[in-house]
Amino acid sequence: MDWSSIFTNAVLAGISREAAVFAIAAVGLNIHFGYTGLLNFGQVGFMAVGAYGVGISITQYNAPPWLAFLIGLLAAVVLALLLGVPTLRLRADYLAIVTIAASEIIRLVFRSVALSDWSGGSNGISGWADGFYTWSPFDPSVRYGIGTIKVFGNQAWIMLLGWSLAVIVTLITLLLMRSPWGRVLKAIREDEDAARALGKNAYFYKMQSLVLGGVFGGLAGIVLSVGQSTVQPDAYSPPVTFFIWTALILGGVGRIWSPIFGAIAFWVILSLSNNLLEGAVQAGYLPAAITAGARGGAVRFIIVGAGLALLMAFRPQGMFGDRNEMMLADR
Amino acid sequence: MRAFTRWDPGVSGRRTRALLFLLLSVLVLSLAAPGPARAQEEEGPEVGFQGTITSPLDEGGSQPVEGAAITVSDLDGTIVGEAVSDAEGNWVIGVDEPGEYTVAIDPASLPEGISLRDPDVTSREVTANPGSVGFVIFPMGDASDVVDTSTDLRLVLQLFVEGLQLGLLIALMAIGLSLVFGTTQLVNFAHGEMITMGAVIAYFFNVTVGLNLFIAGLIAIVVSAGVGALMDLGIFRQLRKRGIGLIAQLVITIGLSLFMRYLILYFFRGDPRSYGDYAIQRGIEIGPVALAPKSIWTMAIAITVLVGVGLMLQRTRLGRAMRAVSDNVDLAESSGIDVQRVILYVWAIGGGLAAMGGILWGVNESVSWIMGFRLLLPIFAGVILGGIGTAYGALVGSLVVGIFIQMSTLVIPSELKNAGAMIILILILVFRPQGILGRTERIG
Repeated sequence: MDWSSIFTNAVLAGISREAAVFAIAAVGLNIHFGYTGLLNFGQVGFMAVGAYGVGISITQYNAPPWLAFLIGLLAAVVLALLLGVPTLRLRADYLAIVTIAASEIIRLVFRSVALSDWSGGSNGISGWADGFYTWSPFDPSVRYGIGTIKVFGNQAWIMLLGWSLAVIVTLITLLLMRSPWGRVLKAIREDEDAARALGKNAYFYKMQSLVLGGVFGGLAGIVLSVGQSTVQPDAYSPPVTFFIWTALILGGVGRIWSPIFGAIAFWVILSLSNNLLEGAVQAGYLPAAITAGARGGAVRFIIVGAGLALLMAFRPQGMFGDRNEMMLADR
Repeated sequence: MRAFTRWDPGVSGRRTRALLFLLLSVLVLSLAAPGPARAQEEEGPEVGFQGTITSPLDEGGSQPVEGAAITVSDLDGTIVGEAVSDAEGNWVIGVDEPGEYTVAIDPASLPEGISLRDPDVTSREVTANPGSVGFVIFPMGDASDVVDTSTDLRLVLQLFVEGLQLGLLIALMAIGLSLVFGTTQLVNFAHGEMITMGAVIAYFFNVTVGLNLFIAGLIAIVVSAGVGALMDLGIFRQLRKRGIGLIAQLVITIGLSLFMRYLILYFFRGDPRSYGDYAIQRGIEIGPVALAPKSIWTMAIAITVLVGVGLMLQRTRLGRAMRAVSDNVDLAESSGIDVQRVILYVWAIGGGLAAMGGILWGVNESVSWIMGFRLLLPIFAGVILGGIGTAYGALVGSLVVGIFIQMSTLVIPSELKNAGAMIILILILVFRPQGILGRTERIG
């Protein structure tokens, strides 16, 4: 087994733009679930509307990148309102059902043949992201990095952008959660009736939380699509949400920095498990049929699914979480 | 936050009898109306399109149109199949793969004196499903007959019956979800995978082992009921014992769903497949509606089982115990009901019914690893529309959702028809979150 390349791949996965995207989206999810107790199982839907908001406004309406960026975030606000208005007055599970369904419907609508002139069908839309690379300080033809861990200039730019945004949204969350507003959110998580009895409009606060976390989700989608220079519907399929959930729970729900650590740990573990499995097959320790064809891809999802269920059952506070911060009350 | 599924014996008894009567009459009607049946031999393409072109006569009735040229082209515009209607007006075109196609008729090929009812509509965009030969209708007649291009009565009736079938299947699959919710307050997101699992186990015994689909299906239902029971015994009973909250349990069902779905993908592979039996059937015309015999059997089986479940809930000790647990766990326990055992039975029954729904779905459409997840949205829409936790609510809601989904293809492309279920879901949550049959209680 080639241990050095396994190690290189794991480090690259941990600092990759995907990990940064997961960190940003997980910060949003942390505001929803960790601080307010909202069950958003459609974070990938917010990512999709953010990404498509940018892509469509550039390709269809020739919007400048900064305006397209704002439109993408606005699309996430609209989606949050659309999903929040019918569900936030009801039991927590209704939001879960509506968000999980909405994320799949959004993907189907964007990839539909009927709207393909607008959203590009199953191929998506590409060739619109150049405007976001004009500020890049890196030379696209040069590889940057240390030792064997190197990436091309454009990728380095997206990683820098993604991780900077991840830190910025984390700092925003830190300030908000220390504010009176953040304390109300936590009060709603702990006991909605008590918060209501103190005269707080729980519905209104929950809506604000859903919108804020949704906007961070949209931001994550924009970073992902700019990084890929394309917005393609199947990159926003429902399992992505559960990957982000796993990353968040791995880091520890309801902790400020845990989305970042969780996202890094998640991608490192995923890369290690995939590479070790492939290495073991190549070295002949395991039969080749185990990872043949589509099976190799399925293994990753099987690991994540089992990991999510086991984490939740045996270590719901994740790596750095505090069990008392974990909202486990029946609601 | 106790159950919002109260059972008022007086009202629910009457309501149940009315519903049972309704169900039975639908059953009788659907079985007794073969009418001028015109069964055809099982031949022709496995995937494709077919139709019968007839032109209405002034004195009533209709005559077949011979010689109409039909073409099927894929999304790139490449023509993949052609046919000319025979002396009875029939045409069949096979395609190689399921997917989206455009079926077009050449107006110039129509005989003298016969024209399309709406001259502007010479093509339709349709989906070819694996294992079925879909009907495509081109209405003929005077343009003056056109009220609205989308309201071809025949198409409306056809979609209504297809919607009824979809609704019955959704109801069958939804009962387990609703009963588990009623007794434990848990929303089980892994329910879709229980559906897929049943269909896949039946596929294994039917195609790999080579048993008849009926026997394979029975084995799959029994195995799935066992797996349902094991999920409760091995996972959820332990979680309840350890005092893990409902929210955490819900996240665990999500993880379990992802795990099971991709485990199925791992062994079953990605392509949709058909069972060895009853895969290809020509439609029988019942009045204006064309149905494959398997559709009629599917509806008959679904109605029988639904009536059976209704009787079980109403008449048997176990059914009464289930309702008691749904109503109030503590009260049920203190009156001597073994609650954990009732929940175990609920999981087993739910697993078996989910598998049965999955197998029937597989017979009519195809078996694929993602089918359960796709069906989850219409199931949730049906359950919430009817009132989550109420068994009869799940039935009514599912029928409405099934019919709505199929009928919505009159106005929206069929690839987006599930978006209709989403719209129902959101509207019902805005205006009547407790569902049609749910009682007005605080559920916030």
